[in-house]
Formats: sequence, structure tokens, C-alpha cells
Amino acid sequence: MSPIVSGLLNVVGILIVLVALAAGLTWIERRLLGFWQDRYGPNRAGPFGLLQAVADMIKILFKQDWVPPFADRPVFIIAPAVAMVTVLLAFAVVPVSPSIGIAANLNIGLLFFLAMSSLSVYSIVLAGWASNSKYSLLGGMRAAAQMLSYEVFMGLSVIGVVIIAGSFSLGDIVDAQHRLWFIIPQFLGFVVFVIAGIAETRRLPFDLPEGENELGAGFHTEYSGMKFGMFFVAEYIGIVLISAIITTLFLGGWRGPALPPLLWFLIKTGFFIGFFILLRAALPRPRYDQLMACGWKVMLPLALLNILLTGAVVLADRSPV
Amino acid sequence: MLSALRTLWLTFLHLFHRRETIRYPEQKPYLAPRYRGRIILSRDPDGEERCVSCYLCAVACPVDCISLQKTAEDGRWYPEFFRINFSRCIFCGYCEEACPTYAIQLTPDFEMSEYERRNLVYEKEDLLISGTGKYPGYSFYRVSGLAIPGKDKGEAEGEEPPVDVKGLLP
Ligand code: SF4
Ligand code: SF4
Repeated sequence: MSPIVSGLLNVVGILIVLVALAAGLTWIERRLLGFWQDRYGPNRAGPFGLLQAVADMIKILFKQDWVPPFADRPVFIIAPAVAMVTVLLAFAVVPVSPSIGIAANLNIGLLFFLAMSSLSVYSIVLAGWASNSKYSLLGGMRAAAQMLSYEVFMGLSVIGVVIIAGSFSLGDIVDAQHRLWFIIPQFLGFVVFVIAGIAETRRLPFDLPEGENELGAGFHTEYSGMKFGMFFVAEYIGIVLISAIITTLFLGGWRGPALPPLLWFLIKTGFFIGFFILLRAALPRPRYDQLMACGWKVMLPLALLNILLTGAVVLADRSPV
Repeated sequence: MLSALRTLWLTFLHLFHRRETIRYPEQKPYLAPRYRGRIILSRDPDGEERCVSCYLCAVACPVDCISLQKTAEDGRWYPEFFRINFSRCIFCGYCEEACPTYAIQLTPDFEMSEYERRNLVYEKEDLLISGTGKYPGYSFYRVSGLAIPGKDKGEAEGEEPPVDVKGLLP
């Protein structure tokens, strides 16, 4: 198979699987939330309620595509597209298995991921701004402030991994974990990265930009139909993305004994997706200033400490004493 | 932080708890006997309509969904028509509270959906049941002082014969 054909197959395959996964996740999340709240969740449409995702998709696709007259039309329309595009692009650098992955060996893969996830904030800020409504604007502002404080130590928390692996390429990082998963030498970085990842995907308990019970629906208050659907899908793909990146950086990616690499990758990623949903079921939302204070006063020093320690250990290891 | 982890664990354990949901159409929920559902008009033990069309229920109804018209026959009062618009009724039970004769009663039944709104207007024929409902044995005309054919003044249960106010005897 020529590299172009296999590359295209990769791209299309990953795209389809991701979007299908996002739709399926809506069902999985509601079922799991139901179980954790002693309910059943959607169990009517089809076997185990599996067709619920299809029903929701049909409904949201056929809704009237409505732009409020007071909104800033072009920006209003672009914002959800930005949300989708950035998360999908970020997936390009994830090595799903040795043979699957679009640009897994991009030499700045990790930076590319960080850049894309930062860009996705624009979609929220723009959506909040273009909606021209108070709730949306508040949501957008919160998103901006939250990203400012969390982006910083998210970037710093992965530096430890980069120092040990000696590369920004996610493929190399996976290779560097063939003996020991980075979660053990980099536990501090792992914890900080997971927390930053939750904030990055704007999931509970860090969903302040949405804040259903205080801001209506936050930045997407004015959105409906498929535009809302795109934010929704972007959020779910974001969860998958963060879970996949955590897996790649700290849990050895597709590495594992016995089972095929793809399966290992799916198991590890699925575990974190489940964890994200559990977080939503269990934890309340912190206050806004608490969130920022925790980011700057606890997480940032922790991330810096992690870099310091890792750097010292690596230096001591390499220097010929 | 520890409390957050504990919360996570406890929430996770709920995966293995019993579900509280009652899967309704297949599994019927238990409704208490005094559940406030579909309204009925009951009859007294003799099989006569209990409603004496006093309009108290219509007055008490906060959403004005009861309408009726009084008619009299042999000294007894009946509703000529008795109509409840269930598309407005809020099942508050005030009508049952107001009724002096236990005629109007709410029952534990809520499955009364319709495809057309006007089908929710129930007439007297739809409301009347053949039994006494929640209050067996009570009959308004047996205990009240009203004279009806077969029962003169002073002949009701526990009633003294009427006093002749113009008589001189003590
Ligand atoms: S239950 Fe309440 S709303 Fe319904 S008919 Fe009786 S008084 Fe009116
Ligand atoms: S149902 Fe009861 S309250 Fe209503 S008119 Fe008849 S007797 Fe009076």
C-alpha cells in the first residue's frame, strides 16, 4: 500500500471513529451518570438504549438553524467550527498504535497539541463575545481566565516527560516508556496534568464557562441546533483527546503485554474517559476565585518543583561523577 | 483533596447499588389510597347521586375548571350537568375538601392522556361511578333535616322531631 493511501485511510478512519465515539459517549456518559446516581439512564431506544445517540443526532441535525438577530453573525458561525477543528487537528499527533496515527512522529507533536488545545479557547471566547448576551460573555470571560491560569502549568507539567524522553515527539515519548511508564517517575507531573486536562476540556468540576446553574449555559446559551451540537461533539472529542494524551504521555501509550497495541490504547483511554465521567458525577464545582487561586498558588509551584526535581535527577544521572 | 477522593470512591460504589427507578409502563408504581388523581362523583349507599349541586366545589376550585347546573326533583337537588375540564385541573383536591356530601373524590389514577384536548372535558356520565368511593355508608339525605319523599322533617338519623314554635307546652 502506498504511503499516501494508507495515510488517507488513517485520516478518514480516525475522523469517523472519533465522531462516532463522541456520539456514543453521550450515551455512555448518561448511562454511567445514571448508574452512579442509582438510576438507569437512557435505556428505551434500542438495546440498552444504544439508539439514544442516533435519536439525539437526528433531532439535533433537523433542528432549525437559528442565529439570534442581535448576534455578531460571522463570528457566531465560525466559533463552533473552531472548536471542532482544533480538537480534531490535535488528534493528528496521537500515536494510536504503531501503525495507526496520522503524524505521530511530528518532532514538535507535544507542542502542537498544546497549541491546538489553547486555540480551542478562542472558540469559546468568540462564542461568548459574538452571542452578545450577558451570560455568554461571562462564560467566555471565565473560559479565558481559566485557560490563562491552567494553560501555564499544563505546559510545564509535561516538561518532565520531555526531559526524560528527550523529545517532543509523541512517538518518541511512547518509545521511551518501553521499560517504565512515566506515571511512576513523573507522578507529580501526572497529577498536575490530569487536573489541567480536566480544566482544559471544561468538564466538571471545572466547567465554570458553562456553569449551568449560574449562567444558563454559559458561552453557548444562545446556540441551538447543529451549532450547539458542534460544541457538544467538540467537548466529547476533547475528553477523548485528553484521555489519549494522558495515556500517551504517562501510561506508555499503546504499550502493554499480550494484547494488541490498539486494544491497550483503547483500554487505557477508556479508563480515563470513565474517570472523567466519574468526576462529573461526584464533585461539585469550585468557586471561580478558588479555581484561579488553586491554579496559580498550588498547581504552578507543583509543576515547577516537578521540573526542578526531574532536571536534577536526569543531570545527576548523566554527569560522569 | 482527601475528601474529594473519598467522594469519588463512594460515588463509584453506587454502581453496585440497587436502582431506585420504577420502570413505569411495565412496572406500576404504588399509589397511596389518598393519591390525588382522576376525579370521580360517587353515589350514596342507596345508589342515588350524592352531589347536591351546592356549587361549593366550583367555588373552591382555584382554576375554575368545574362547571355545573342545579336542578331539583321531589325536593332533592341534582346537578343537571356536571363538567370537569381535566386539561385545566391541577389535582389540588380542594374540591374534595369543600364538598359537604363526599360526592366528589379524587382517586389514585393518573393515566388519562388524550390526543385531543376536548376529550379531557369529562361530563357527569364519565365522572359518576356506581359505588360510594372512599366513604362507604354515608348518605347526606339520611342525616340532614331536609324533607324528601319518604322522609319528613324530624325523621333523619339522630334528629329530634321539630318543635312547634307556636305551641304553649314546655
Ligand atoms: S382538584 Fe383542584 S383544580 Fe381539580 S377540580 Fe378539584 S379544586 Fe379544581
Ligand atoms: S360535588 Fe359536592 S361540592 Fe360539588 S356541587 Fe356537588 S355536593 Fe356540592
